[in-house]
Amino acid sequence: MISLAGRDILHGWGRFLLTGVGLGLLIGVTLSMAGIYRGMVDDANVLIDSSGADLWVVQQGTLGPYAEPSSIYEDTYRGIRGMQGVARAANVTYLTMQVRHAESDVRAMVVGVVPGGAGEPGQPGFLIAGHHLSGSRYEVVADGKAGFALDDVVTIRRNRYRVVGLTRRMVSSGGDPMLFIPLKEAQQAQFLKDNDALLQQRRRTEANPLFNRPAVPGLLEAVIASQTTNSFVNAVLVQLKPGYDPEVAAENIQRWKRLQVYTRSQMRTILVDKLIATSAKQIGMFLVILSIVSAAIVAFIIYTMTMAKIREIAVLKLIGTKNRVIASMILQQAVGLGAIGFVVGKIAATLWSPFFPRYVLLEPGDAIRGFLAVMVISVMASILAITAALKVDPAEAIGG
Amino acid sequence: MKRTGILIEGLKKQYGSGETLVDALKGVEMEVAPGEVVGLVGPSGSGKSTLLKCLGAVIEPSAGRMTLGQKVIYDGGWKIKDLRALRRDNIGFVFQAPYLIPFLDVIDNVALLPMLAGERNVVARKRAVELLEALDVGHRAKAMPSQLSGGEQQRVAIARALVNHPPVILADEPTAPLDSQRALAVIGILNDMARHYETAIIIVTHDEKIIPSFKRIYHIRDGRTHEEAGEGKSPHELIKTDRA
Repeated sequence: MISLAGRDILHGWGRFLLTGVGLGLLIGVTLSMAGIYRGMVDDANVLIDSSGADLWVVQQGTLGPYAEPSSIYEDTYRGIRGMQGVARAANVTYLTMQVRHAESDVRAMVVGVVPGGAGEPGQPGFLIAGHHLSGSRYEVVADGKAGFALDDVVTIRRNRYRVVGLTRRMVSSGGDPMLFIPLKEAQQAQFLKDNDALLQQRRRTEANPLFNRPAVPGLLEAVIASQTTNSFVNAVLVQLKPGYDPEVAAENIQRWKRLQVYTRSQMRTILVDKLIATSAKQIGMFLVILSIVSAAIVAFIIYTMTMAKIREIAVLKLIGTKNRVIASMILQQAVGLGAIGFVVGKIAATLWSPFFPRYVLLEPGDAIRGFLAVMVISVMASILAITAALKVDPAEAIGG
Repeated sequence: MKRTGILIEGLKKQYGSGETLVDALKGVEMEVAPGEVVGLVGPSGSGKSTLLKCLGAVIEPSAGRMTLGQKVIYDGGWKIKDLRALRRDNIGFVFQAPYLIPFLDVIDNVALLPMLAGERNVVARKRAVELLEALDVGHRAKAMPSQLSGGEQQRVAIARALVNHPPVILADEPTAPLDSQRALAVIGILNDMARHYETAIIIVTHDEKIIPSFKRIYHIRDGRTHEEAGEGKSPHELIKTDRA
């Protein structure tokens, strides 16, 4: 038996292909949406893994440096370093801000780290060009997504920094590229005010009789000094000695230092389940809508194609064609359209994913699930057309 | 035993019920021998299409008896379960328009029926080619329907109707879109095929050009048939009788 569906498709292949391409672009968007979610999860994992930390020590009652503001004294790390099982501990600050580069602004997460080599807590995992922060002032290691080149000069607050290293896949949970600068300068950047504001603050302090007491020499200077320096960091990143249980270490630090400590798995949960949760729901909603739109399009196209040959279907029924053959013809066309759409969609998603501002991770598992979903949608969408075709009275072919 | 092409006895068909009851057929009597071609003429609303649909096992009559070939297919109720298979294997249809399947080439339009009946593709196509050659359209076997002239399309439709060697062919205005020469050619072909394959053919027509070519004509009026000899009568005469 010849394939009626195949012959019909070959007969009008141009229209069928164009329809498939249109559907494919829609499927491509759907696959990209799934890829964006996967990319967000992967970015979160990379952020955790490349930080080099086993524990995150943050202000009590907060969700840590990525999800909520946290502020702890900068000397806290010394006490932590001396605790059982701790190999290394380092201060770190995070500040999302606009960074000036040439004539444009780049939104970035500025990370203050203690200068050191790869493997130190908080340092970028690996570099694709240049070197790590050397200890000199006003150096920056930037993620490639920021669009900077080595030796470029960027302005953070009032200071100008030279790009000495480039890294990749170091983005915040919001997708902003990370810029690594020395800790001290990052602390300044968090609190540094403009000159007018500083003068205003000094005047106010001098005018305050509580701080300006002639009987207590040096008090005013001490207060002003404390107002213009920052002795806080956002978190302490801790590396444990090999084989040491992170849960036990976290519990010790929490008990003795009265701070909040998160292990890797807890931090992963915070990033994926809390920070990305809303975006995931958003994307999930889009996926549902796109699936419904795809189903409606396939249903409409197949229904229109079937209605266009309703007279032929009546003739087929009159000359003895079984319902099964007619239903199979429509079903095969719907599935064929879905298959073309999926192939086009997969190719389109692969081609355009590098141009997305956020990382898009197209996983083979998602592609397989997507293909199955497209097939199910195609089958469901053909039901309307099949029902219409099976309702056709063969007497219509005779007329009268 | 006398072979039967088509035998219709006291066939009735009613539509609706109560006050809206319409008697479309009021006891049709008709007999067509194998190898015979008869005409069926009648004004609009006379019951031609209803009769054709009953004969084609598309609608169920209300009473009477129908025999196609050697099979009693209706006797107060359908005697055959699978009407679709009955149509496929026993009845050929030719319509006013050829209604060829536009996405199949000529050969597959004809071979489709035997394929649907379970015949192997090669055998079905061989049979189709033989018929197409007999109908003088063998050279267009690979063409698509849209590439054929109206006459060629109608010949392909006839080949499709004949390909399963049905004992009966029902033709509904098969020459309507054709000019006189082509119309008479199509009737000639149907006559030849009826003789060659021993097929009983009923042609429903209004076409004055072809009416003289029938040996027997059934007139249908108000749901009843009247038979008369057709050959030799002028078209005008026949139409006049028909309108009376």
